Amino acid sequence: MSLRRLGLYSAALAISAWVALPLVLIALAAFTPRELLYEWPRPFWPEAFTLETIRFFLRSTGVWQSTLNSVLVAGLTIVLAFAIASPAGYAIARYTFRGRDSLQLAILATKMFPATVLSIPLAVAFIRWRLYDTLLGVAVVHTALSIPFVIVIVTSVFLGISYELEEAAMTLGSSRLKAFLRVTLPMALPGLAASAIFTFVLSWNEVFAATILTLNNRTLPALIIDSVLGQGAPLHFRFAGGFFMVVPAMIIIFLIRRYLLTLWGVTVR
Amino acid sequence: MAEIQLQSLRKTYGKTAAIQDLSLEIRDGEFLVLLGPSGCGKTTTLRAIAGLETLDRGRVVIGGRDVTALPPGRRGIAMVFQSYAVFPHMRVYDNIVFGLRMRHVPDDEQRRRAQEAAELLQIAPLLERYPAQLSGGQRQRVAVARAIVIQPDVLLMDEPLSNLDALLRLHMRAELKRLHRELRATTVYVTHDQTEALSLGDRIAVMKEGEIVQCASPTQIYDRPASRFVGGFIGTPPMNFLDGVLRGHNGSAAVETGGVAVPVSLPAAAPSAASAVTVGIRPEHIEVLAHAQTGALPAEIVVAEPAGATQLLTVQFAGQLLKVTVAADLEVQPGARVWLHLNPARIRLMDPATGQALPAS
Repeated sequence: MSLRRLGLYSAALAISAWVALPLVLIALAAFTPRELLYEWPRPFWPEAFTLETIRFFLRSTGVWQSTLNSVLVAGLTIVLAFAIASPAGYAIARYTFRGRDSLQLAILATKMFPATVLSIPLAVAFIRWRLYDTLLGVAVVHTALSIPFVIVIVTSVFLGISYELEEAAMTLGSSRLKAFLRVTLPMALPGLAASAIFTFVLSWNEVFAATILTLNNRTLPALIIDSVLGQGAPLHFRFAGGFFMVVPAMIIIFLIRRYLLTLWGVTVR
Repeated sequence: MAEIQLQSLRKTYGKTAAIQDLSLEIRDGEFLVLLGPSGCGKTTTLRAIAGLETLDRGRVVIGGRDVTALPPGRRGIAMVFQSYAVFPHMRVYDNIVFGLRMRHVPDDEQRRRAQEAAELLQIAPLLERYPAQLSGGQRQRVAVARAIVIQPDVLLMDEPLSNLDALLRLHMRAELKRLHRELRATTVYVTHDQTEALSLGDRIAVMKEGEIVQCASPTQIYDRPASRFVGGFIGTPPMNFLDGVLRGHNGSAAVETGGVAVPVSLPAAAPSAASAVTVGIRPEHIEVLAHAQTGALPAEIVVAEPAGATQLLTVQFAGQLLKVTVAADLEVQPGARVWLHLNPARIRLMDPATGQALPAS
């Protein structure tokens, strides 16, 4: 093996470990019996495994309700984000219009703005609009956060589908709308589904806005953060909660990994 | 009846004009080829007929009906795209009947007509396949079948053969000609390939910079190019051009070039005596002689390239290089001195300033 390859592989290994090691540690801790967690020095591979920690977490107050909240918020976010982002993505992909390039830049530039700065005004505004502590409120913020990504992905999905196909459908007698519904949409569906799932993960993992904007109607990450920071939840509760949060996201990303690669690949090119 | 009238079409993209001011009449059942180098506006013209481009100005009339404001689907046209644009998520059958479904044709008639079209294009065994399972040539046939199955008044084709390999292209070219003879739909065909244009077209409209510079039958385009551009664009190798001075006396005329007076027929509107002209002559209308003769140009052979049935010579005369096609068995040596006899009946005189051909008498 050449030196160059060796370097490449060790770099890949280091980066993977950087990402994967904390996840492995959380998973191990989530299945370690409570009393072993406090032992020092603790072996890397625990001496015993138990489901007790997970069971304790799942039985804690509010966990199931906030999981449901998280799913509802994520679903709402997908609907709202797609209602706004897919026409935008289609327009950017299909039409040349004045200010298209600056629009694309502006969409990404919103990501440079720290959300923290917005938190107080946002909370005030939401209280005034009676959106504070509602799932809709959280979904609106998540929509705002995910729109840039969804637009970029949807644009690349539509760019990947030749406009000539739509034109061909139009010459064969379909209207612009029918051409889109019959030809472009079916071909875009896998890519759109992948980006919907990506949006789901984004919302599922979002903790900052969810914590600031809710009190009783917590989403799962907000509940966990609150119980850790606010109420000083025990160590094993944190690990179990972390594990419970990570698993759905991991599974989903694993399932759509091929799509994500092509989606971002097209965008980068 | 589906004759097409294009009336003063104009289309600009920003500041560049894709079509300047284009008017053209295409007869019912005619096979018209739009030919020109890339960027000459031929595809834009075709897309304007299809209704895929909105024009700045002008009208498109098909079969006596002004369709300028109608969407593509209601113009009575069908189009074959350069990329074929076969729907990849539909089976061949669904591709072919797409236009019939849009027109709400009954199911059994859909089946009958799809079958007919598939047999005409020899793709009947492929109806259940997806486009990804087809070769380029087969996809091309699907695209053509999909277009003709709706029985359009006008069939539009945008460089349909350019993505095929050379042998298949030759085959499909003949197929398209046969298809046109059987269907008799008015056809507008865009290409930058002059061989395709010459072999397919009833008439060829040669375009340059958004304008039609000549529209005539293939033989006329080839034999009597309207300008230096047409002569230089059509023919492999293209027409040769020599600069000279036209001198007429007593009803006969000659062009003096490189110190030799070449006899020519007098143009109808003879320019004033001793005016500058350009002589246009095709490579096959130059005869290579071994000995001097009155009116023949002394030249030196630079390269001889055998090309099977003929051989292509590059010769130098008065500092200019000319291409000459001669019989394959003519014995020539590079560096040899020869004399070129230009066939006076085949000489095309042009105005060197405008490049326009002078009308022959």
